Amino acid sequence: MCLAIPGKIVSIAGDDPFTRTARVSFEGVIKEVSLAYLPDARVDEYVVVHAGFALSRVDEAEAREVFEYLAAIAPEEGEGPEEPR
Amino acid sequence: MKYLDEYRDPAAARRTLAAIRALVTRPWTVMEVCGGQTHAILKYGLDQLLPSEVTLLHGPGCPVCVTPAAKIDRAIALASRPEVILCSFGDMLRVPGSTTDLLSAKAAGADVRVVYSPLDALELARREPGREVVFFAVGFETTAPGNAMAAYLARRDGVSNFSLLVSHVLVPPALEAILSADGARVQGFLAAGHVCAVTGAAEYAPVARRHRVPIVITGFEPLDLLMGLHMCLAQLEQGRAEVENQYARVVRDQGNPAALQLLHQVFEVVDREWRGIGVIPASGLGLRRPYDEYDAERRFGLETLASPGEPAACQSGLVLQGRLKPSECAAFGRECTPEHPLGATMVSSEGACAAYFLHRPPPPNARDARGSGGQAPSREP
Ligand code: SF4
Repeated sequence: MCLAIPGKIVSIAGDDPFTRTARVSFEGVIKEVSLAYLPDARVDEYVVVHAGFALSRVDEAEAREVFEYLAAIAPEEGEGPEEPR
Repeated sequence: MKYLDEYRDPAAARRTLAAIRALVTRPWTVMEVCGGQTHAILKYGLDQLLPSEVTLLHGPGCPVCVTPAAKIDRAIALASRPEVILCSFGDMLRVPGSTTDLLSAKAAGADVRVVYSPLDALELARREPGREVVFFAVGFETTAPGNAMAAYLARRDGVSNFSLLVSHVLVPPALEAILSADGARVQGFLAAGHVCAVTGAAEYAPVARRHRVPIVITGFEPLDLLMGLHMCLAQLEQGRAEVENQYARVVRDQGNPAALQLLHQVFEVVDREWRGIGVIPASGLGLRRPYDEYDAERRFGLETLASPGEPAACQSGLVLQGRLKPSECAAFGRECTPEHPLGATMVSSEGACAAYFLHRPPPPNARDARGSGGQAPSREP
């Protein structure tokens, strides 16, 4: 019931804020999910879904922070001669 | 960006592992809370690539695994009533109750249906006004908003033949219980990112402060997990114990306010029994008034239904608290396999025992010992 991967909104339907839905693509597999908890989600955005409800959108700027952190602690040229154990 | 492959880059993972090796000067024990994280760690073999100083323990974050046998017994009792349609997430069907499971009840004629969302169950109730539709509402803070919505819409729209069998649990009290247990070994947590996407970070600060443990809210991809570990180990090495957010692309500080608002409107915090662990005070959610009229246990008078308890052989309670690795359980891969599970942690796709079986299978000769009868299983090296 806990899907770890984000999906991409392909379309949105409905007016009732409690029952608005989106069709979300998880690597090509389409699921219909409730947008009741993400009222301002838009088509083409990536969302995290649990048990049929979109609960969070993926923030593009924050998504890059991971690579900035990793570049700071483990720069590419700085790669040591160590073998992975 | 698809937010997947970028976070699975092997070269970046190797560099991050090197950074972790350079950082660590002493032994540390860190628990990843969520079963999805456990599966990713084992699938990518991250635990075997870490420096030997770092021990990962697997946490209780598998919703199927922590649902007590007594609740399953009640689900079976409900499903066996002729007027009831019991709807459940598929993962729950093979979890053993005290004597049998929902799948066997279904085979014996009970009307048990697998749904993907609680709204599917509500929709079924609208279509079948002559039946009683019960949804088995399990899970952590990730599934609670959806179940709250089902109860809210049932009441709003007057769907009176719908109810919820509730076994909701909360993460922070479980971390408290793990840290307060005798011989607790956990020194830092990787908290479950998706749970925090709902709740935000605020509830974790008191736990971090009280027990002086760093808590890093972490995602599910290999680079997320390695970065979360690096952040957690850096805190440990520096003597800090703060809540940090590795998974900021999904988790906001305040969580999801709309989901939290309805969750608290429909549910209240209650004491809750956890499978193999026992009752943890204020560790679950129950329907609050006026939504408690949608409580299936109340509607069908099940509150006093006695249960013989859990099968004795299984040690999943210890596994769920990080006190026993699945491979250390004598039954692992012998009497207990995914085809013949003794415990919920072997059944569930998020369970730690299933993760070990899938990604660290026991040697085949151990498996052959099953069924050859009476042989005392030798312990794994
Ligand atoms: S291996 Fe099987 S018996 Fe042992 S703890 Fe896991 S589920 Fe229980």
